[in-house]
Amino acid sequence: MENIVSLKNIIVEFEDGEQILKNISLDIKDKEFVTFLGPSGCGKTTTLRIIAGFLEPKSGDVIFDGKRINDVPPHKRNVNTVFQRYALFPHLNVYENIAFGLRVKKVPEKEIVRRVGEMLELVNLMGYEKRTVNRLSGGQQQRVAIARALVNHPKVLLLDEPLGALDLKLRKEMQIELRKIQQELELTFVYVTHDQEEALTMSDSIVVMNNGSIQQIGSPTDIYNEPVNAFVADFIGESNILNGSMLRDCLVEFNGRQFECVDKGFGKNETVDVVIRPEDVKIVPAASAKLTGIVESVVFKGVHYEMIIDGVDHKWTVHSTKAEAAGTMVGLAFDPFDIHIMKKSEE
Amino acid sequence: MKLKYFSAPYLVWMVVFIVVPLLMIGFFAFTNEDGQFTMKYISDVGQYANIFVRSIWLSLIATAICLVIAYPVAFILSRMEKHKQGTMLMIVMLPMWMNFLLRTYAWMTLLGNNGIINHLLGMVGLGPFKLINTSGAVVLGMVYNYLPFMILPLYSVMEKIDNSMFEAAEDLGCSYFQTLFRVIVPLSVPGITSGITMVFVPAISTFIISRMLGGGSNLLIGDLIEMQFLGNAYNPHLGAAISLVLMVIILVIMTVMNQFDPDDQVLM
Repeated sequence: MENIVSLKNIIVEFEDGEQILKNISLDIKDKEFVTFLGPSGCGKTTTLRIIAGFLEPKSGDVIFDGKRINDVPPHKRNVNTVFQRYALFPHLNVYENIAFGLRVKKVPEKEIVRRVGEMLELVNLMGYEKRTVNRLSGGQQQRVAIARALVNHPKVLLLDEPLGALDLKLRKEMQIELRKIQQELELTFVYVTHDQEEALTMSDSIVVMNNGSIQQIGSPTDIYNEPVNAFVADFIGESNILNGSMLRDCLVEFNGRQFECVDKGFGKNETVDVVIRPEDVKIVPAASAKLTGIVESVVFKGVHYEMIIDGVDHKWTVHSTKAEAAGTMVGLAFDPFDIHIMKKSEE
Repeated sequence: MKLKYFSAPYLVWMVVFIVVPLLMIGFFAFTNEDGQFTMKYISDVGQYANIFVRSIWLSLIATAICLVIAYPVAFILSRMEKHKQGTMLMIVMLPMWMNFLLRTYAWMTLLGNNGIINHLLGMVGLGPFKLINTSGAVVLGMVYNYLPFMILPLYSVMEKIDNSMFEAAEDLGCSYFQTLFRVIVPLSVPGITSGITMVFVPAISTFIISRMLGGGSNLLIGDLIEMQFLGNAYNPHLGAAISLVLMVIILVIMTVMNQFDPDDQVLM
């Protein structure tokens, strides 16, 4: 697959010199669903706006379909955006909102009718043509925004937290629907979200960002199972993150105990982050365990119980299908391959 | 239910100072000195058709000029950084703090045959031009005095237009000017219609501006009405009739304007 969008060494600064994007480079493959994921203020929306053309980087190249487009204004770029708050035109009805881009480009009326019709069908809004957009529900406005962008047949669709304003159930439905649309139309979607679950559900590839730089790029499974640092591990799903030190290859010490692991190649006695997923912590009888703790709280989460277990130096988050009563002393154990060793991040 | 009683003072106010005077105007317009019904004064209004036409024409021109000047001003104002908008708005409003008569009087001295403008022009060997006592001077006076009434409603509508509207339009292929005409102008229609109303209505019924800047040859309806009540021509019945006709004309024009406003928010 070819790269449709490439960012090379992009730097963006505020007027006061604070860097919003610190030298970002990334490639987006054609027909891929890519998600920029990170906490607010991490630079994900800024990156999206650079691709859309609303923002010019201080330095670096924006390559689109093999050409440098730094100087191309937004209205001449072959991308369309679904805005965070939809930004529908309140003076136009549903039909005219969707037809807007085509009218600007002076597409013949016959073709407008056909293409808008197609879009109304795609987003399931047949019969709503004459409605003013203010009288639509949030979900319907969302669909109009998607149709208004897609009707222009962009090569890349940019979506800026498009589902943020919807309730949970609707959001889940729209996630699946968006993914379906992307695959049906074989388009490149670049999607911005702070919701890790959303990112895992929809994406072909996820770009995890923090503090203006990219932490990790990879498939959802890679990102979840092989986070490269403690930030990614913590942001993608819950994690127990502990300070540890590598005694030698495949042996790590944390909480004053030594554990077998499968990671190699660290310096002797190098301090590292030890990451263990809550679902990988096993509860064993206290007598036979290397680590013990007292169950502090138990919360029923539907599929599992979430327990907070107060160990010596760390409060463990543990997910288990079996609940232990609060106040009990329990033992904790881990399989070697569930102990993830990561280099300390520089910050 | 108790809240209803709080509205009583306003109701009384409206009846005493709006409904009753209107009825009195109607009564005077359709009666003669002896209090008998007559259509004489209403039909007499026809004699002043030329003054009506001139009033409507001059206030339309003034309104149009106000719109052309105010639109870009309001737009630029609305796109400024928020903390600068307040200051700029104050500068726009500043002339309104000065007494209306004084402001208009100042233009007399500026525009006079031996006024400052002609004096300055004379120094470079031009003129003197006849500036005062022309219909142009009347229009200038209207534009100068009523411009803020056009800027304010436009600004208050435009200020609410979110920046995302610009980005959405640009994203969908609009150049900057296409964005203005396809999105910003349609979205500011309520501001345009109320601005037009707020300039046109006072402009068409003014009498001070035409008196001071228009001389004897640019009489407006306002002057005509004033003469019937306070002037030598004293005739309140004719004055009431003219007022009534003027009111009907304004109502008709505003109703037509209403058709252009999607929200029917025109001030009447």
